[in-house]
Amino acid sequence: MYLTRQEKHMLAGKEGPAVQKAMEIVTALGKIYGAADLVPVESVQVAGVSYKNLGEAGLLFLQEWAREGARVRVPTMLNPAGMDLEQWQTLGLPEEFARRQMEVLDAYARMGIEMTCTCTPYLIGKVPGLGSHLAWSESSAVAFANSILGARTNREGGPSALAAAICGRTARYGLHLTENRRATHIVRVACPVRTEVDFGVLGYEVGRRVGKGIPYFVADGAAWTAEGITAALHLRALAAAMAAAGAVALFHVQGMTPESELDDIVRPDAQELTIDSLDEGYARLSSPLERIDFVSIGCPHASLEELRDAARFLAGKRVRSLLWITTSRETRRRAEAAGWVQTIEHAGGHVVSDTCLVVAPVEALGVKTMATNSAKAAFYAPSHSGLQVRLGTLGECLDAAVRGCWPPRRRGAC
Amino acid sequence: MLRLRGRVIKAGTVHGEALVSPEPIGFLGGVDAETGVVVEAGHPLRGQSVAGKILVFPTGKGSTVGSYVLYRLAYKGLAPLGIINASSEAIVAVGAIISNIPMVDGIDITQIRTGDEVTIDGEWVTVRRVARAGRGAQKE
Repeated sequence: MYLTRQEKHMLAGKEGPAVQKAMEIVTALGKIYGAADLVPVESVQVAGVSYKNLGEAGLLFLQEWAREGARVRVPTMLNPAGMDLEQWQTLGLPEEFARRQMEVLDAYARMGIEMTCTCTPYLIGKVPGLGSHLAWSESSAVAFANSILGARTNREGGPSALAAAICGRTARYGLHLTENRRATHIVRVACPVRTEVDFGVLGYEVGRRVGKGIPYFVADGAAWTAEGITAALHLRALAAAMAAAGAVALFHVQGMTPESELDDIVRPDAQELTIDSLDEGYARLSSPLERIDFVSIGCPHASLEELRDAARFLAGKRVRSLLWITTSRETRRRAEAAGWVQTIEHAGGHVVSDTCLVVAPVEALGVKTMATNSAKAAFYAPSHSGLQVRLGTLGECLDAAVRGCWPPRRRGAC
Repeated sequence: MLRLRGRVIKAGTVHGEALVSPEPIGFLGGVDAETGVVVEAGHPLRGQSVAGKILVFPTGKGSTVGSYVLYRLAYKGLAPLGIINASSEAIVAVGAIISNIPMVDGIDITQIRTGDEVTIDGEWVTVRRVARAGRGAQKE
């Protein structure tokens, strides 16, 4: 692998032990995956923030690296943490967990990382351009950046993303190379796909079939409307579910995503895949629950539009179930300025920032059943948090929160 | 004595007894971070400790958090002394680097048996077969 003079110095420890360790990680990955050289990255998004996932070992490691002098040299953001950094107490999260979580964030802060704590950095102004090289790690953010924005990033692990931030570089392999961005599967969708939940379940079905593959969605004859597929909420749901159920880091949608019209974007040996029903996906992800303890919106993190819609729905109502709408701190701030957070809180709901139910210790909240509009959340919640899940649209879920039960939109209590 | 040449993932020199797994190892959920014992149901090394061994296996698997499990084992003095893979992947490679565990890949691991005395020295792996009663191992 070719290294510049400066990179050789970094690897030899001339910029200190923290940089040396980072460069060892970056070059080892380059070696393993056959990279010809390193490529500068514009930004880094680091996963491995929640103490729930990191544990004591991860915390110790981050503290040691920070002590050795690790500092990031490109703009670096964090994935959600295990709790809302300001209102964790009100939300009922354990104190010991909170203390450990703050230690994790302190270590990251010492490295010069922005405390964004979101899986949707592209919703708060961190929008990489076409062809820019990144080292992002949260799976739905990676899929969104590669596919919708046409940026280039592999699905980094926590330490490898951090290493890239400390070096300002990553190894040039995988999705950094044009030839590896061609579709491995041609996907035809032959059933109606309308709501954000439908798109999520479609993502689940495609993800579990293609695994690490790169799907190319054929628009011709597709059973979605042009409006449907271009809705940002729908694309986020699709990307997140494919990345969770499989390991999809890039997909193309004919005529819509930036690389879909390039010559040879589909590999000659691409497999054909037709999705003609979402029934099985719904059956696997959603249970016929009646009592709903918990309603979770915002996986990936809710946009300003979702908070607006939720506020409109909840105005003058009162929730019976615990309602969490998870979002970034920045989006929450904007929604607060518009008065939407107050409306949601007045109805008894919580607008929770910096975290999400995939990484928060939700099991400590004493809830057993959950309604959500996120197929990704439905995929993780049973194993991560021991919850039973019912899938529905934003409106259905909020209605269930108000009535405390499913099915929504029926009169009276359940 | 056998000399094999691989590729350095984490440079270092170390000497110890081999523990060989014909199956991949996933550290998160597969190895108990408190004891170093392999706990994955149905795994060929189940019940054995990786602590202080030259751990030989084809490749890693599972969650990226597995890198931190190796770090935790090293912190407690329960990590493998060295790691030899046929073909390494990111999780174990990153784990070995952050935990200072010498690691080599690109080795024909079928040449190594549990109980062999193994030295990792940079890209070189030296294997010495040790006779052990009742194990059917051959002396070279």
